[in-house]
Amino acid sequence: MTPVAAAATAATQTHGFLSPTGVEIAFLLVGLVTFGAAIVTVTTKQLVHAALWLVAALGGLAVEYLLLTAEFIAWVQVLIYVGSVVVLLLFGLMLTRAPIGHSPDADSGNRWAALTVAVAAAAALVWVVVDAFRTTWVDLDGAPQGTTAVTGSILFQHWVLPFEALSVLLLAALVGAIVLSRRTARTRDANTRAQDTNTKAREGNR
Amino acid sequence: MNDVLDVALRLIVVFVAFLVLPLVVGQTEHKVMAHMQGRLGPMYAGGFHGWAQLVADGVKFAQKEDIVPADADRRIFQLAPAVALLPYLLVLLAIPIGPSEGAVGQVVDAGIFFVLAVMGVGVLGSLMAGWASANKFSLLGGLRTAAQLLAYELPMLLAAASVAMAAGTVSLPGIIDAFEWWWVPWQIVGALVFFVAGLAELQRPPFDMPVADSEIIFGAYTEYTGLRFALFLLAEYAGIVVLCGLTTVLFLGGWHGPWGADGLGWVWTLLKTAVLAFVVIWLRVTYPRLREDQLQKLSWTLLVPLALAQIALTGIVKVAINQ
Repeated sequence: MTPVAAAATAATQTHGFLSPTGVEIAFLLVGLVTFGAAIVTVTTKQLVHAALWLVAALGGLAVEYLLLTAEFIAWVQVLIYVGSVVVLLLFGLMLTRAPIGHSPDADSGNRWAALTVAVAAAAALVWVVVDAFRTTWVDLDGAPQGTTAVTGSILFQHWVLPFEALSVLLLAALVGAIVLSRRTARTRDANTRAQDTNTKAREGNR
Repeated sequence: MNDVLDVALRLIVVFVAFLVLPLVVGQTEHKVMAHMQGRLGPMYAGGFHGWAQLVADGVKFAQKEDIVPADADRRIFQLAPAVALLPYLLVLLAIPIGPSEGAVGQVVDAGIFFVLAVMGVGVLGSLMAGWASANKFSLLGGLRTAAQLLAYELPMLLAAASVAMAAGTVSLPGIIDAFEWWWVPWQIVGALVFFVAGLAELQRPPFDMPVADSEIIFGAYTEYTGLRFALFLLAEYAGIVVLCGLTTVLFLGGWHGPWGADGLGWVWTLLKTAVLAFVVIWLRVTYPRLREDQLQKLSWTLLVPLALAQIALTGIVKVAINQ
């Protein structure tokens, strides 16, 4: 038996499923809250409330990361998702329309298909994660395993290729967004110019 | 039991600082603005140079009726001031003011990320207020707040990343431990970018387009009265304290000073923070409000490139001195 496997079995023996520790209970409770917030996010009929419940769900996830000792990931989660993505979402909502009260078109006809896909994806993820990490335990009393230094060195030693591939993907998305918005601007210019000529022609006719 | 007492004591001290320091900044603003404009400012409340003016204001705010507009989204309208204020309390917990173990509320491993992440959450409060008020001026204010946050978050993060690169750590006490005096000229561009972007995130003049009291009547806060309005104001001044403290910690060396590093380090931290707070007030009195397009232009065409240049400079110097 390899030392890692031995440590894992030892860990399973000390951590029974029926005698949870305080952290495990907290993890479960926060998980329930996160789950509830996520469900309300997709079922509420008020658009802006959905965005705000999304804040609760994403924040709950950050707390879960914290409980798993992944401090760096937790703060990045808050910084990117709560601080930027949700603000962008709210900005978009306010810019287009931000109705107070119920929006009748908040439910799409595709929701049963969406539910099926979501349940299938969740089942697959839960199955894979449970299968892969069933015997892995985070040692809460020992040296922290999710500090910034550890995360950084693992990211830039073992996972540097996926990291770089992801950044190239993001760069491509950025360039694509700029190209798309520029093209729209030019067509809009052309449109306004056409309108201008139309108006002038009409004025000329008058 | 001792641990519990220790934690409780730290929380109380941070909470008291959270309540007192913003008021001190507010009173200083009254007096400094007044003297810069050739008048006296508050002179009566409390007797000596009107020192109790803000206490009197607080009593006045507490006596006012708490009004929620009929069309407003009640719960979110009432929740918004808390969302705006609490993040600054959390941030204050992580700012170290002295070298010893007891001079910081709680050491956070990824300190910079914690601080910037939680400060970004505070803006959600303004957005919630702007939307839930059911008022077009408030909605405009909320929109402008969001646009401003999206523009200025990036240069602020980049400037902070430059310091983290220089120090080789993202923990706030770790950064001050690694500090040398020549970091000030080395990181000066990053410091300016960080400070300016922070001012914009706090919506202080000259970046107060989102609240612009003379055109959109205090933006997101138009419909607020009484204590809830006071909480928003308190959030603004707590934000000044937090921003100045952070700039001190990240760029000005925190407790390092020409002399008296042992035991008196916290005096240096408070002194530098106070000078920066004075600069914040000075800027308010000096510059007119920037227009919305000027705001966006300043961020995207000036601050972001400057921050990127600072990161490049930091990298080059770091590699050069490590050889």
